[in-house]
Amino acid sequence: MKLPGNPKVRIGICVFAFFALVALVGPYVVQNLMGLSPSDVHTADAMQGPSGAHPLGTTATGEDVLAQLVVGSRVSLLVGLVAGLVTTALSVLVGVAGGYLGGRADSVLTVLTNICLVIPGMPLLIIIASYVQGRGGWLTVALIIGLTAWPWGARQKRAQTLSLRHRDFVTAAEMTGESRWGVITRELIPSLAPIISVSFLGAVVGSMFADAGLSFIGLGNINITSWGSMLYWAQNGSALTRGAWWWFVPPGACIAVIGVAAGLINFGIDEISNPRLRKPPKKVRDRAEAAKLRRRTEERAEPATAPKAQEATS
Amino acid sequence: MAVPVINPAGAADAAPAPDGRRAGRAARLRSVRYIVRRLGFYACAAWIAVTLNFLIPRLMPGDPASALIAQMQQKQALSGDQVASIYRLFGTPGEPLWNQYVTYLGQVAHFDFGISVAYYPTPVWEVIRTGLPWTIGLVGLTAILSFLIGTAAGVVSGSRVGSRFDSVVTPASMFLGSLPYFWVALLLVMAFGVQLGWLPIGGGYDGDLVPSFSGPFLASVVSHGILPALTMVVSSLGGWLVGMRNMMVTTVSEDYVLLARAKGLSKGRVMFQYAARNAVLPSVAGFALTIGTVVSGQLLVEIVFAYPGVGYLLYQAVSSVDYPLMQALFLNVSLSVLAANFLADSVYGLIDPRARETRS
Repeated sequence: MKLPGNPKVRIGICVFAFFALVALVGPYVVQNLMGLSPSDVHTADAMQGPSGAHPLGTTATGEDVLAQLVVGSRVSLLVGLVAGLVTTALSVLVGVAGGYLGGRADSVLTVLTNICLVIPGMPLLIIIASYVQGRGGWLTVALIIGLTAWPWGARQKRAQTLSLRHRDFVTAAEMTGESRWGVITRELIPSLAPIISVSFLGAVVGSMFADAGLSFIGLGNINITSWGSMLYWAQNGSALTRGAWWWFVPPGACIAVIGVAAGLINFGIDEISNPRLRKPPKKVRDRAEAAKLRRRTEERAEPATAPKAQEATS
Repeated sequence: MAVPVINPAGAADAAPAPDGRRAGRAARLRSVRYIVRRLGFYACAAWIAVTLNFLIPRLMPGDPASALIAQMQQKQALSGDQVASIYRLFGTPGEPLWNQYVTYLGQVAHFDFGISVAYYPTPVWEVIRTGLPWTIGLVGLTAILSFLIGTAAGVVSGSRVGSRFDSVVTPASMFLGSLPYFWVALLLVMAFGVQLGWLPIGGGYDGDLVPSFSGPFLASVVSHGILPALTMVVSSLGGWLVGMRNMMVTTVSEDYVLLARAKGLSKGRVMFQYAARNAVLPSVAGFALTIGTVVSGQLLVEIVFAYPGVGYLLYQAVSSVDYPLMQALFLNVSLSVLAANFLADSVYGLIDPRARETRS
């Protein structure tokens, strides 16, 4: 697969790849090669700042923050991936079906989407999660997030489907006797693939944010090490008032870096599709800069003729 | 010198044509129809929120009502009325769902949400009433502030892409917008509350003061509100900026903007009075949809700051497994968000006649 030329998209994709790598091999490296444990309690080294033995310091009960961060990345990314998959699947189903079928089915699906969109997601998520009380572990949390997060994507995909609805290739498929389901899965979804993959990325990041928020207030599963549960324990161990920045800054920073990467990719794709958003290329900027410089030096060299020169250039 | 009008209905309103009065009446009728349609939509959404609130505890495994009663009996004996109220809210085992639904609706209509476990034995509605003004005040203020600041900055950066302002402010605000709200809150508390000690680190007002409309109390409310408000504005600004910037970029190349520039109008006037007026419409249309997201973020921010709004109440409810409070909070937050959405939609219908034309 070729990476897109846009530098913003490139950086974003590299960040995602880096975190995927950390989640895959990081726990092994940290635990077996560096000998750090995310759960061993050492009351003697509690609340230590970063040092050689503990590169990111320790928690209030002396667990190693770096080990927690690396081991926790796996759960946080898994929740994000599963919830992102559920969100994207639901939004594609509702959005593409509504946009393609039209008529009454579309009206019903649109109203449903809009209603789910205006009911605030976080309180709903909190209520359901607090009834579930950690049963089923991270998978349940991921499913709940996926079930509450689909409407944004569905709206966007419906709009895109509407623009494809009357293209020739869709009509051609209908003429050859393709079933409605066949048109959706074999014609529409493949041509929406770029949009779907970008919105999948957004859904993964959104789900990671939601998961961190849930864990932060003590829902979800706070006994499994994840970035959200690290923030929860940091808040409960009064890391803030005791000045233990090394405890709550790293997990938040990881979430933030992933969020920024998703933002970069989105922004970059906007630039690819709308050239006006781009900064003028370097060659053009340099030429403009050179012209300005030349004008200024000419003015300085011949102050008397400067007005004339300006007239000529303008 | 009229600003370009993009809507036929508005033009008919302004033109002193012979049938001007009839056109005016038709336009008014259309706005009424638009408002009624939106009202119908939000009534439908409100009904779904109430029904969700009814269904969630009943779909959960086990019997939340009995568990809840047992939990409350440990604190204090409950009266027969109170027990009946809990059964009405959380489900009576064995009773047909439809009958339960009818009694439930009756109870909610009287604002009877049962008794809070966390603030036992205060009725839930009393508890929520103390939190709502704080949240509504903070959300209202910060949502409007960030919209205004973000949009204005978007006009400036979108009017010249690649300028120094654009290449500093746009990435910076995008970066801030990608951070989790509550983590920004933690950082601000750390920096300004703990390290520098400039501002209080939590609460809505100084605990020594009695709430009243006195100078010291109001000053303390303001100083406690600065950090939460700053968090919300900083984190939600970026979305408005980027949205407005991208719209401006397309609008500045329109002919009427070129004409305005050719007339020799000042740059600020061309940008704000000509281009921005049309470019801002998608942002205004989107405002309603972001209210839910902003409120969701605010709930977590309130928890970080122990701000006495509904978010902090929700946290209290979650940590003491107070289902009556939790459910009533969900319902009240949802209904408030729907009301705010309706308000925002109506404003949009007023300023953009095209919204009234299309079916929604």
